[in-house]
Amino acid sequence: MTLLAPVATLGRNTIGILAALGRITIYLVQTIGHMIRPPFYFKEFGHSLLTIGYFSLPVVGLTAFFTGGALALQIYAGSARFSAESVVPQIVAIGMVRELGPAMVGLMIAARVTSSIAAEIATMRVTEQIDALVTLSTHPMKYLTVPRVLAAFITVPILVGIGDVIGIFGGFLVATGKLDFNAATYLNNTVDFLEAADLASSLIKGAVFGFIAALMGCYYGMNSGRGAQGVGKATKSSVEAAAVLILAANFLLTSVLFAS
Amino acid sequence: MITLTDVHKAFGTNKVLQGVNLTIPRGESMVIIGGSGTGKSVALKSILGLVTPDSGTITVDGQDVTKVERDAFLARFGMLFQGGALFDSLTVWQNVAFRLLRGSLKRPKDEAREIAIEKLRRVGLKSEVADLFPAELSGGMQKRVGLARAIAAEPEIIFFDEPTTGLDPIMAGVINELIREIVVEMGATAMTITHDMSSVRAIADKVAMLHDGVIQWTGPVADMDDSGDPYLDQFIHGRAEGPIEAVR
Repeated sequence: MTLLAPVATLGRNTIGILAALGRITIYLVQTIGHMIRPPFYFKEFGHSLLTIGYFSLPVVGLTAFFTGGALALQIYAGSARFSAESVVPQIVAIGMVRELGPAMVGLMIAARVTSSIAAEIATMRVTEQIDALVTLSTHPMKYLTVPRVLAAFITVPILVGIGDVIGIFGGFLVATGKLDFNAATYLNNTVDFLEAADLASSLIKGAVFGFIAALMGCYYGMNSGRGAQGVGKATKSSVEAAAVLILAANFLLTSVLFAS
Repeated sequence: MITLTDVHKAFGTNKVLQGVNLTIPRGESMVIIGGSGTGKSVALKSILGLVTPDSGTITVDGQDVTKVERDAFLARFGMLFQGGALFDSLTVWQNVAFRLLRGSLKRPKDEAREIAIEKLRRVGLKSEVADLFPAELSGGMQKRVGLARAIAAEPEIIFFDEPTTGLDPIMAGVINELIREIVVEMGATAMTITHDMSSVRAIADKVAMLHDGVIQWTGPVADMDDSGDPYLDQFIHGRAEGPIEAVR
């Protein structure tokens, strides 16, 4: 029996993960169903646009700026090994737009927005505010989930676009200020090298990551356990799930969008 | 009239309701008493559809609650939650007028606010609190706001879940009086769950005691002291000795 214990644990965990994926899929389908059926809560949607999108700008901007700067330094140091320092603008641009911009923004949104949504909704669950919504003839998914998921789906690609620009600007400042690149040449190389498909992939990734981040926050919040421990666990689980799913989706999307 | 017939509900191996039979006539105030964890809240939430019973039937005016149109059904109810369950992100008046600002009972914003302020006055709160947030209020004031929200849309049926828990005796008395006045004034059917015997005596027309998943005793509040039921006697006198096992 002792010898089989690790196998049993593995089996239990696998079943647990598959069951959780099943429940999340059902929640996803229900969310989409509620998105297309009235009533719609426009005020809550507007509020979510502000909290998820606008108020995430500072953290996204700072993250992107430092990431772009660090990327320029790394690429310069790496490319210097085979005397290819001139590729810094192109690699910073493509690295930020295709990969680091969406992934970093997605993870920052998971940290900032997913945790906040999960904690808020879990607290509402624990303090019976979700039950109160039902007794007041208001569907919690329509009132809480749909506005947040939709707002994240719309605003995160915009944040990613802004993050891309700021990240490239961070790389530009480092390259021109510290690495002696010519500013005009740097900008020309960046603009010439980037294609519309790069930008489109960035925005698509942003939309998917935003959707995942908000959905995980809502799902774990709605299914929170009791008490402060339940809220804490829901918050932690939501961020873990969002981060893993965002990185998995990033891999899948990169595989699909850049298959050739 | 609300009728529960042979209602069962278990959470895993914990059998909470084991055949609850209870009738609450229209316009009456029924108080359900019983120890903690005996399923009083589950019974109440089963009527509202917040909890789905494993078996049995629950009807309101002859209609099975699982087969009614949810919005119209819920529009007939008001509920005061134990902790108030006020929405933190909304002001007091928006909480009170929540139902009047959206859905089938939607009114113009000014009218909804006016009704909310009127209901706040009805529960003894001044109009100045209307623009505060729930976190800025004391526990007693939050209960009053919860009560105002429960009656804002003038429901036919009002549920009170532990209305005086966490309040000092004077505030508990004020809330009990308010509940009684409002229920009588509105002619509403009321169902209250509580362990507070002063609430029972102030609010109830009839009392039902839930123990071991079934209704142990039910009858008019006036008969409660002479029921001869050892479970009810132990509970209402708060005795440690008796048929109800106290976990020490």
